[in-house]
Amino acid sequence: MKENTDKQTYGLLAEFKNPAHLMKAAKLTNKAGYKNYDCYSPFPIHGMDDAMGLKPSKLGYIVLGHAILGFTGALSLISWTASVGYPVNISGKPFLNFPAFVPVTFELTILLSAFGAVFGMFFLNNMPKHHNPIFNSDTFKKATDDGFFVIIESDDDLFHDEKTRAFLQEAGAVHIETIEK
Amino acid sequence: MSQNLTYIPEPELVKGNHTFGSITRLVGDIVETPAPKWWYIAFAISNALLGLLLAMIAYLFYEGTGIWGLNNPVGWGWAIVNFVWWVGIGHAGTLISAILFLFRQGWRTAINRFAEAMTIFAVMCALIFPGIHVGRIWVIYWVFPLPNQMQMWPNFNSPLLWDVFAVGTYFTVSLLFWYVGLVPDFATLRDRVKSKWGKIAYGVAALGWTGGNRQWQNYEKSYMILAGIATPLVLSVHTIVSFDFAVSIVPGWHTTIFPPYFVAGAVFSGFAMVMTLMLITRKLYGLQDIMTINHIEKMNIIILVTGNIVGFAYIMEFFIAWYGGVEYEKAAFINRAMGPYAWAYWIMFLCNVISPQFFWSKRMRTSIVASFILSIVVNIGMWFERFVITVTSLAQDFLPSSWGYYSPTYVDVLTYVGTFGLFFTFFLLFLRFLPMIAIAEVKMVLPQANPHNYDEDGNEFKKIAEK
Repeated sequence: MKENTDKQTYGLLAEFKNPAHLMKAAKLTNKAGYKNYDCYSPFPIHGMDDAMGLKPSKLGYIVLGHAILGFTGALSLISWTASVGYPVNISGKPFLNFPAFVPVTFELTILLSAFGAVFGMFFLNNMPKHHNPIFNSDTFKKATDDGFFVIIESDDDLFHDEKTRAFLQEAGAVHIETIEK
Repeated sequence: MSQNLTYIPEPELVKGNHTFGSITRLVGDIVETPAPKWWYIAFAISNALLGLLLAMIAYLFYEGTGIWGLNNPVGWGWAIVNFVWWVGIGHAGTLISAILFLFRQGWRTAINRFAEAMTIFAVMCALIFPGIHVGRIWVIYWVFPLPNQMQMWPNFNSPLLWDVFAVGTYFTVSLLFWYVGLVPDFATLRDRVKSKWGKIAYGVAALGWTGGNRQWQNYEKSYMILAGIATPLVLSVHTIVSFDFAVSIVPGWHTTIFPPYFVAGAVFSGFAMVMTLMLITRKLYGLQDIMTINHIEKMNIIILVTGNIVGFAYIMEFFIAWYGGVEYEKAAFINRAMGPYAWAYWIMFLCNVISPQFFWSKRMRTSIVASFILSIVVNIGMWFERFVITVTSLAQDFLPSSWGYYSPTYVDVLTYVGTFGLFFTFFLLFLRFLPMIAIAEVKMVLPQANPHNYDEDGNEFKKIAEK
C-alpha cells in the first residue's frame, strides 16, 4: 500500500470536537492497527494511554539509575574526603561518621533524581526538537489552545491516503487535512 | 419507596463558565498586551531597591562585615534572620506544587505557577545572605567540594555545609520543576504571540513541545516523580536549616523540636506570602474566576493549622525547658519572654499565635481585607520568630559577664529592604512575560476536560443548574 502514498506527505491530521471524541478516535485508531500516530490535546486526558494502547513510561528506570548514581556518588565523595583526602580529627571522633553524612547524601540523591526526571523526560519526548513537520499546519496551532487532533503518519504500514482519510471521517473527525513534509 | 434525591456537585474550581479557549485568552492576553501603567511604576521602585541592595553589598565587600551590627556574643544577626525568613517563604511554593499534587488537590492549579515563582525568587533572596556574610567573599567557592591546590575539602560533618547542599539542591529542583510545568504553556504562547521575537523566545523555551499524548505520558510521569522527590526535599531543607541551630549546644537552640517546628513555620509564612501576592495580583489582572474565594478560604485554613502548630511549638519549648531541668535552658527561655528582647518575643507571639485565630470564623476566612491584613501580620511575626531564636539565644548564653545586646545598623536594614527589590524585580518580570497561571493544568480541572463528562455520542452533559 505504501507505494500509493505521496512522498511529500507527512501524515493526515484530523480534528475532533472534544476530549470524548478524541478518546473514541484513539481507541478506533489503535484497534485498526495503526502504529505511527499520536493524539494531541492542550492538556493530558485521563485514560488516553490505555485508549492508545501505550506501554507504561520508561522514565522511572532512568530516575532510578540517577538516584543510585547520586546516592553512591555522594557517599563515596564524602567518605573519601573525610577519611583519605582531608581527614580532620574532631575530638578523636571517627573519620567515617555516617550519621553526619546522611543530609548531603540525601540531597545529592534527590538532585540527581530530579535531573533524571527532567532531562530523561526531555530525552524520551525527543526534545528539544527544532523542526517538526506537524507545525506546517496552521490548524494545528489550536492543539495548545482548545483543539483535539489525531495525526496518522504516512510512514505507518497501514497508511493509505484515501482509506485513512475515510477511516478518520468514520471515527468522527470534524476536519481533515494533509500535512506536507 | 419514593425519595427525593438531589445531586450536590462539588464546588467548581473555576468560576464563570470558562471554556478551554477562554482560559488561554485570559492568561495569554496578559502576556501579549502591553503592560499596564502601574507595572512600570512598580518595576521602577523595585529596580531602585535592587540598586540599593547592590550598593549595600558592594559596601560590605569593600569594608567587611564590621559595618553590620554584629558584636561579640551576637555573631549571627539580621543576615541569618533574613536568610531563614526568605527560605521559609519559599516553602509554600513547593508545598503547593508537590505535596498538594500528591494529595490530588485540584485547587492547587490556580496558584501553583505563581507560588513556584515566588519560591524561586525567595530562595534567590535567601541565598544572597549566606553568600555575602562569609567575610572573605573571594574564597566562597571553598564551600563546594572542588579539587584545589591546597588539597583541602569541605567538612561534611558541619551543618553549615549541609545547608549549602540543601538550599542549593532546593533551588535547582524548584527551578527544574517550575520549568517542566512551564513547557506546555510556553508552547501555548508560541502558537499565539504575534511578535517575531516573542515567537522565537517562546518557541525556544517550549523546546518543540507538540502536546501529543506520547509526550504527555512521559510528562505526567516526570511531574509525578518530581512531586514525589520534592516532597521529602522541601521537608528536609528547613530541617537542615534548623540544624544550623539545633546541632549547636547554645541554650534555646539545642532542641529536638526544631525541625518540625521550622517546617511548620516555613509553610505558615510561605502561605501568608502567597496570599499577600495573590490578593493583589488577582485584583489587578482580573483573575477572580480562577483564584476564587474558595482558594482564599482553603489557604486561610492552612495558615490557621500551621499557625497553631507553631503556637504549640512555642509553648512546648517552654514546657520542655522547665521539664528538662537544665538551668541554662530555663534561663534562656525566661530571658526570651521577660528579658531585654521581650518586646520581640511578644510581637512574635501576637502575630503568629493570636492573629491566625481570627480564621476560625468563616467570615474572616472569606474576607479579602482580613486575609490581606493577617497575611502581612503573619509574615512580620515570622520574621520576629527568627530574630528571637537567633539573637536572644546568642545575646545571653552561659556566662553573664559576656552577655550583650544586639541592634542592627542602617546597612543591615537597607540590605534587607533591598532584597525586596530583588524579589519584586523578578516577580514583576514573571508577571509580565510568563504565564502566571498554569494554563494546561487549569484546563485539566475543568469538568469538560474529563471524557466521562460526555454521553455515549460525545455530547456534553448538561450542568445540574441548567436542568
